[in-house]
Amino acid sequence: MKVGDRVKIKRGNITHTGIVMPSKGDFIVLKLDNGYNIGIKKDAKTFILEKEKKIVPKKTSAPPINPSLPTVSILSTGGTIASKVDYRTGAVTSQFDVEDILRAIPELGEIANFKGEVIYNILSENMRAEYWQTLARAIAAEIEGGADGVMITHGTDTMGYTAAALSFMLITPVPIVLVGSQRSADRPSSDNAMNAVCATKVATSDIAEVTVVMHATMSDDYCLIHRGTRVRKMHTSRRDAFHSINARPIGKVDYATREIETFVEYKKRGEQKLMIKDHIEPKCSLVKFYPGADPSIVDHYAARYKGLVIEGTGLGHVSTEWVPHIEKAVKKGVHIVMTSQCLGGRICDLVYDTGRDLLEAGVIEGGDMLPETALVKLMWILGRTDDPDEVRTLMRKNIAGEISGL
Amino acid sequence: MGLKAGLEIHQQLDTKRKLFCNCPTELRSTSESTYEMCRHLQIAESELGEIDRAALEEAQVKRRFIYKGYDTTCLVENDESPPLPLNPEALDIALEVALLLDMVPVDEVHTMRKIVIDGSNTAGFQRTAFVASDGKISTDEGIVHIDTLCLEEEAAQKISEDVGGVVYSLDRLGIPLVEIATKADITTPQQARIVAEHLGMILRSTGKVKRGIGTIRQDINISIAEGARVEIKGVQTLGMIGTIIEREVLRQVNLLKIKDELKRRGAKHVKTEIIDVSDVFASTQCSMIKKALKNNAVLAVKLTSFGGLVGREIQPGRQFWDELSDRAKRFVGRVFHTDELPGYGMTNAEITKLKKKVHAAPDDGIIFVAGERSKANLALNAIIQRANEALEGIPEETRKALEDGNSAYMRPLPGAARMYPETDVLPVPISKELVKKIQRSLPELLHERKERYIREYGLNDELAGLIACSERAPLFERIMTLGVSPTLVVRTLTATISELSKDGVPVQLLTEQHFIGVFELISANKMAKEGIPSLLRALATKPSKTASTTVSELGLETLSKEDIEKLIIEIVESKRDFIKERGTDAVKPLMGLIMEQVRGKVDGELVSTVLKEKIAKAMGEV
Repeated sequence: MKVGDRVKIKRGNITHTGIVMPSKGDFIVLKLDNGYNIGIKKDAKTFILEKEKKIVPKKTSAPPINPSLPTVSILSTGGTIASKVDYRTGAVTSQFDVEDILRAIPELGEIANFKGEVIYNILSENMRAEYWQTLARAIAAEIEGGADGVMITHGTDTMGYTAAALSFMLITPVPIVLVGSQRSADRPSSDNAMNAVCATKVATSDIAEVTVVMHATMSDDYCLIHRGTRVRKMHTSRRDAFHSINARPIGKVDYATREIETFVEYKKRGEQKLMIKDHIEPKCSLVKFYPGADPSIVDHYAARYKGLVIEGTGLGHVSTEWVPHIEKAVKKGVHIVMTSQCLGGRICDLVYDTGRDLLEAGVIEGGDMLPETALVKLMWILGRTDDPDEVRTLMRKNIAGEISGL
Repeated sequence: MGLKAGLEIHQQLDTKRKLFCNCPTELRSTSESTYEMCRHLQIAESELGEIDRAALEEAQVKRRFIYKGYDTTCLVENDESPPLPLNPEALDIALEVALLLDMVPVDEVHTMRKIVIDGSNTAGFQRTAFVASDGKISTDEGIVHIDTLCLEEEAAQKISEDVGGVVYSLDRLGIPLVEIATKADITTPQQARIVAEHLGMILRSTGKVKRGIGTIRQDINISIAEGARVEIKGVQTLGMIGTIIEREVLRQVNLLKIKDELKRRGAKHVKTEIIDVSDVFASTQCSMIKKALKNNAVLAVKLTSFGGLVGREIQPGRQFWDELSDRAKRFVGRVFHTDELPGYGMTNAEITKLKKKVHAAPDDGIIFVAGERSKANLALNAIIQRANEALEGIPEETRKALEDGNSAYMRPLPGAARMYPETDVLPVPISKELVKKIQRSLPELLHERKERYIREYGLNDELAGLIACSERAPLFERIMTLGVSPTLVVRTLTATISELSKDGVPVQLLTEQHFIGVFELISANKMAKEGIPSLLRALATKPSKTASTTVSELGLETLSKEDIEKLIIEIVESKRDFIKERGTDAVKPLMGLIMEQVRGKVDGELVSTVLKEKIAKAMGEV
């Protein structure tokens, strides 16, 4: 008996007929003719009625190109904007073919012509610093190839990190938009369609920056356009999980009217020439301080890493015990940046003694940068220079909207 | 005729929490809503390139759904968070019902997603799990097999619908319910009703199902020989089941006659040729068309060989036309057909022109609609599809029961393509031990309990039935150990309570301990039965008090026989002249006078006996 076979199973006086589904453990999972799955103990008597029928997926033709519309390149890293469901197993397959995406979300065809390419097919928690480089190069190639905008589908878990990395690595003449879905694409209520429509709108707009476009509220009413260095996932599952921290979003896209409204200054289409600066030093880490945290944590990182971002308490503090360990690490040549686990607000190590001691120990204040953005920025800077003064200057300088003027 | 009918009963369970979250299973008033959200639903394709026909039809209209939430709903109802594990309390009740129906539970319960995109489920699917199969019940009309029992989440309640969208309330979404489907063993309308009543009785026997309007719903599956399987939803009362079946049989018979007539006429498939006939009505006096023509168009389609059949009656008060126009309703307000014309301000000349324009033969029918072009096109296409189905016979449909027993089209009968696994909920194994444990503690069925009450307590049929089906049956049995009158207890727990409730007394605050306290006083002769309503009223108002303290506060304690005699002697003395005048006729007025003073504190019979005795004595002294 194999998965996909149609079988009859006898249990005592009754029989069940259906198709064998993939299963783990002590039960055979059978899909009954009425569509329901049930689990039956493996010791039941089974008769094969029919061997598995192979399913040939239908293929559709590419939609015609509308010359009056701009062209958007969709680069996929594993996040889903369109998917198909295997109604037998429940398995969801992401769709990367432009035809499939347009069939799933026909509205997209009214906004742009599309080209598509799969860069990675991974869960976003499996992203790595080196993958950001590959992605940045692929985006640059699309822009050089004439794309009017680039849309990157990305899993939401680490979308903020990738957005920050691309913000530092790319100077762009066209919009680069990251988009994903919080609620799985196999559910009719998924946020994928609205996010994709709004993201395409931004990709064809004059906002030539790296942005994240996701739901603004629990409703399917509008999306916010977040600056790639300021955005953070703030909820495990809600549609409106993405927030701009310590900055206003760049703007919003109304789903019904598809109109964009902007709130702040931004780089305009064509204002800058394409430039790629994809250097990165992955040997950096992010540590959260907590009451009683052992200062040898600092020693551990100092021995192995080139840069360390600390998520300190409040205005940017760690316990007094940590100060000499930090001082020792900085002397050794490790670059240490202070951010706050409060997320909201900026670091100020002049208010309390511990703060002043930290500054003396050589800690770089991270201003109002998100801890994750500070980490990505430190990796990016250390990819280019190891000079303490230069690192300090660059960390404190606003490069991609990540830090407010001091 | 070959009638085959099956029933599907949906019964809400009275659990503490919802099926997949910890919210209470409590209904709210929309005025208490604390938040609102709006959504759209779209349908994902299956691997086979296949989309469920029912879901596809819904998806054609992009609708806006507005949800009203409460402080008793959470992110799970909002479809903003993964579900919690299947509620074990609900599963236990579902298994209990399954065993009462002689069904066999599966070894492992798998939760599925059933695509429903009319907005009634925020996720776009209803979570449902197959729990047991292969049961049966015996009724006076024979054995009926029970096919399946599923445990599912209740849908959101529709509040209103207009062009702006559909408004739903989230309070009901996620309440557990069992869906019980019989085999199509039912062959007469009467049998259907008996089976429905029997299933209802079994469900209530558990004492764990919700009671009241809307907590139980019946759907009926009906087919006749050569007909099609049709599911009629939302049957409000059991009394209507018979009529609904009779009317559906009539509908199918008449539709088969139309099919035969079309065959006789040599009708072919209707072509999808939609013609713009706006110019025909350029100077029409029909206000509906005139209004629509301002910005839009009049589109028409010719139904070859359908002339005269469109207006044919298929159920009392419903024509074949209703079958066609039901399909178009979701797109446009009003569709016209030539069988109903002239009328609505349209002239014979216009009709002649229309017929000419579409090249209609005398045998043909014409359908036309005025409105926005894209919607009018969708409407006419839906009508063409239904007309073509008439050539084949009867379409498989989900229909909505109407108040008079007729039914109207809702959507195509959904197929198995709309079901796929709910991967966010782990399967639940059902152990032999759990089944045995539930089997051992199965409740007494209500009709058995009623018989026992007649036997054990000497109650009459009516009172026994009343208390056996009441939620207070266990309380009744506890009170019966106190040795009080069964009839008095039943009347108190039923009639007295509902009278007090009608009077605005908060009887829901009365606890079992209150009732037991009251009947302990009765049992010990510490109060008269006439005092029960006043005492319950006081206890409901101050539920922290006990029966024994309240009874003395109200002065409802029984008067001793000596006190009563003393009181009666006093009154008889003061009314000596009256007694002299009236003789034994004085009993009634004097009785009234005394009862006025002692009502609730003494048994009326005792007063009557003593009074008669004293009057006789007084008369003897005259």
